[in-house]
Amino acid sequence: MSASKADAVVATPTQPPRNDAPAGGSSSHKRPRRRGGPLRLVSPYLMVAPAILGIAFLLFYPVVKNAILAFKNYGRRDFTLGLSGEWIGLDNFKEIFQDSEFWEVLRRSFWFTAINVVSIMVISTLIALMIMKLGKSMRILVLISLVAAWAMPVIAATTVFKWLFRSDNGVVNWLLVQLGFESYDGYTWFAHGGSTMFVIILLIVWQSIPFATLTIYAGLTTVPDEVYESARLDGAGPVRIFRSITFPMLRPIFLLVTSLEVIWIFKCFAQIWAIAGQNGPLNEVSTLPVYAYQIGMQLKRFGMAGAVSTITVVILAAMMVVYFRQLFKQEREAEKA
Amino acid sequence: MKAKTLKRIPLNIAALVTFVVMIFPVYWMVLTAIKPAKDIGAETPKFIPSSVTFQNFKTATDVDGFWDFWRNSLMVAVGGVGLALIIACFSAFAVARMQWKGRAPFILMVFIAQMAPWEALMIPMFLIARDQDLLNSLPMLTAIYFVMTLPFAIVTLRGFLAGIPVELEEAARVDGCTRFGAFRKVVFPLLAPGLLSTSLFGFITAWNEFAFANVLLFSDPKQDTLPVWLNEFSNGLTVDWGATMAAATVFMLPVLLIFMVLQGKVTGGLTSGAVKG
Repeated sequence: MSASKADAVVATPTQPPRNDAPAGGSSSHKRPRRRGGPLRLVSPYLMVAPAILGIAFLLFYPVVKNAILAFKNYGRRDFTLGLSGEWIGLDNFKEIFQDSEFWEVLRRSFWFTAINVVSIMVISTLIALMIMKLGKSMRILVLISLVAAWAMPVIAATTVFKWLFRSDNGVVNWLLVQLGFESYDGYTWFAHGGSTMFVIILLIVWQSIPFATLTIYAGLTTVPDEVYESARLDGAGPVRIFRSITFPMLRPIFLLVTSLEVIWIFKCFAQIWAIAGQNGPLNEVSTLPVYAYQIGMQLKRFGMAGAVSTITVVILAAMMVVYFRQLFKQEREAEKA
Repeated sequence: MKAKTLKRIPLNIAALVTFVVMIFPVYWMVLTAIKPAKDIGAETPKFIPSSVTFQNFKTATDVDGFWDFWRNSLMVAVGGVGLALIIACFSAFAVARMQWKGRAPFILMVFIAQMAPWEALMIPMFLIARDQDLLNSLPMLTAIYFVMTLPFAIVTLRGFLAGIPVELEEAARVDGCTRFGAFRKVVFPLLAPGLLSTSLFGFITAWNEFAFANVLLFSDPKQDTLPVWLNEFSNGLTVDWGATMAAATVFMLPVLLIFMVLQGKVTGGLTSGAVKG
């Protein structure tokens, strides 16, 4: 028994443990091997089949349908009559690329993502570094607030922010007036594109901080104290320590969190729609996924919406390539270690 | 010693500011929910209520269909995640314990599916639902939540399975267990914590989901899930903020409970899902 155990460990040090009847050694394992036969060959495929079918029908099929839609003229009439729409080649894309609104939305999507991600990463890193230095009770206090914010559902948060930034009796306007900004008395945040965008960004940053902070904090706790101590003995200041020790050591975590946030925020829909969708300046704050929704569900130009969605998917796919390269690089390094 | 205490003051102030900023929206939601109406409409906001009332909760739960929305949310979340969990168990076992051609591509597919650009697929999904006559239907939403939570479930369960020594199973099989018997009697009990945290995370995803519920349940208010209804409720011309905040509190409650159950596992679980795979 101990021989076969050692065998298994030596034979596959990095692979997940094998299922097959253990190689060689004990003769008592002949039974399962013989009984397996063709059934065993098939069974892993049978076991993953439901997952593959589910993903194929509800994820890959919509992606394909999206792409097909992009090359069709599929409008209100086709929708009501249940037609399949006629092929129009690249016309949808031509129209989109000539539309200045599309370019505006595209530009907005990118800077919206950039502002959010940079704010999230900078603030989260600072909070994580701060937590490291706090005493026990303060640390617990901050962690509780992070988890409380994290546990709030997106739509509960959008609802609360609408209430916080209410023009007549919202607490934010009251606070600003108290601080001396008289012009915010009764200020209607959701009447202008700029201020609505500000609230949306604030909301998203607030919501994203817990995950980013706790992940970075978890990473920070893995850096041994001795490293910092010797750096301090060598006379390094806090900025220098972060630049030369903390950041390089946690680089993989920073890169992963950053790329995850980029993807999540670029495809964000619920926050923008819930804040500005019904009574807000949606046209001035919409990013690509919201824009596609507007064209499709409100204008009923599904072909055009499909084209915008397809462009979104392509951009996201490019972002995912960066993320996966980072992920697999890290996994390889973890295996080496 | 004194210099050190002085140095800590800015740090502790920063910590307090962080605490206040992060907790305030949550605090304000709960506070508004238990405030009497005259406090909510007051010119100067009251940070500590003059009295506590449950009237707002009553108003919210008395809304026509409130319990329907509650039940709808529960059904799609539990249904979707339950299905995902069962199917993920099989897939995770095949991935973690078996050698077969196509294993690596399958894992890659799961990783890609985990990052799926769902928000960009609302339009085709809407048309697919229409073509299948599944608009305004909960089964369609359940199916979407199933696929949304499935990749995460497979990845996490695979991680948990890899942590259970295969020797345990082998020993059980030497003792005469069938493969399935070994899984059911030996692996499954050890997998229980993994199953629990996976299902709770999946539940939160489905419970909070808004985009698809909003687009697919668009014309039948009786079929709304909680987030869709809550958003509508807060968009009217005259909003009862007390009742809205009470509804938001009730909506958040299950998630908060789950976070408390998972406690320390929260960060570990999510990062190992996202980072390690």
